[in-house]
Amino acid sequence: MLEYRVEIALWAISGIIPFFMLNIWTNNNLNESINISDVMLSRYFLCAFFVRQFSVVWVVFSFEEDSLMGKVSPYLIQPLNPFFRYFAQHLAEQITRFPFALIIAFFFFIFNPESIWIPNLGILLLAIVSTFLSFLIQFLIQSIVACLCFWTEKASSIERLLFIPTLFLSGLLAPVVSFPEYVKSWLYLTPFPYLIDFPANLLSGNETNISGGLSMQILWIFLLFPLFKKIWSEGTKKYTAMGS
Amino acid sequence: MNLRKYIKVYKKFLHTSLASELEYKTNIIVDLITAILSLIGSIFLLSIFFQNNGYIGGWKFEQALIIQGIYTILNGITNTWFNPNLTEIVKHIREGTLDFVLLKPIDSQFFISLKKINPSGFLEIMLGFFLLLYCIRINQINLTLSFLSLSLITISCSICILYSLWFFISTTTIWFVKTWNATEVLRSFLYIGRFPLNSFSFSLRVFFSIIIPIAFITTIPSEVFLGLSQMWKILLEVIVASVFLITSRKFWLFALKYYSSASS
Repeated sequence: MLEYRVEIALWAISGIIPFFMLNIWTNNNLNESINISDVMLSRYFLCAFFVRQFSVVWVVFSFEEDSLMGKVSPYLIQPLNPFFRYFAQHLAEQITRFPFALIIAFFFFIFNPESIWIPNLGILLLAIVSTFLSFLIQFLIQSIVACLCFWTEKASSIERLLFIPTLFLSGLLAPVVSFPEYVKSWLYLTPFPYLIDFPANLLSGNETNISGGLSMQILWIFLLFPLFKKIWSEGTKKYTAMGS
Repeated sequence: MNLRKYIKVYKKFLHTSLASELEYKTNIIVDLITAILSLIGSIFLLSIFFQNNGYIGGWKFEQALIIQGIYTILNGITNTWFNPNLTEIVKHIREGTLDFVLLKPIDSQFFISLKKINPSGFLEIMLGFFLLLYCIRINQINLTLSFLSLSLITISCSICILYSLWFFISTTTIWFVKTWNATEVLRSFLYIGRFPLNSFSFSLRVFFSIIIPIAFITTIPSEVFLGLSQMWKILLEVIVASVFLITSRKFWLFALKYYSSASS
């Protein structure tokens, strides 16, 4: 992983959209209407950046490539679900990404010195747990989509479709608090706000329902995991190795 | 340059890549839904910005929609032509198949920039056009000849700038081999094009007009739509576009000198 330092640095930079959004929010004083101060909003977006960095998942793309290349066949013989392999890859890359994310945070604090804060240890631990849970939810969703490769070969377009609601509803571009009432009323039942909005609010110290959020995350994992197992066992039955 | 030969070759490109893309018909439908949802999503985001404010960076909601329309068209063009081809460059260089391209009796930039086409991007372009037509109605823009020609000029300049940016990044593959993530960086910067330039702080505005000219790509054509654009801005865009095109061409020829096939 360390071989690809430049790549990982670029990957970290490509996640800076939340900062551009922050710029729009504060530069136009949009946050006054949702009762969040400039400082809290900038912390929110910084945390959203961090949560995104450590919960981003690309298993569909890896699996699709491996499946098209016929690399899945040897994996299937091994006595371990191949998704563990991808899971370990994701974790390894997240660890290597940590220093780059810290550098970006450092620059962020240079430009916004007033938003420096140190979350207390308990909150920090909870935030790490909820970020990991968010990562698990996304990993499960994408693995389910990846299993569709057994049927359609090009599952990545379905992933791109699912990415749109994730992008707009997860709180990466705007905090969910600012959404109009008719969206908020049903949004908290979907997994989306728990992917970025909830962990970011938790870490940045904005108001949020901690136990409710964590239990919703766990609930979604319990819902998605059996679905993944089901689709995986159906898919492997259907699997015909490429080129055989 | 033999124009007729190039047109003939391009027709063949169109034919082969359309045929291969149409193999995945459900994909095209999924892509269409994706394009519609992403347009709805960005209008939703815009409406959040405007829910308690009449103006963002001096733009009304109806005016900001024009930027969305132009962005959608340009994004469609990126998805139709730039993205499938330029990701191919990365593959050519990594696997050493660029050799075969260079050996062909045809301009290499032409070949690698236009070889493939992704038809699902067309739908996005059409969506963008419909949105623009709607914007023309709600903003009561008069369709005069000068307006049409100016907007055509600025949008084609935007396309040139966009192409050059993509081509630049892909060309750097010759040195760095894997630039997949560099295109992601460009993509996330281009995302800024969805919003009026004036809604950003001064330092970002400077960054996005001088270092990466995203400002030129969507804001100036939208200003033309509203009849706000001064002549010098349009001229500047033409100059920027031609400078970008020429340098990207020079850069490609320069980079080719450093190309040392894979595994040799």
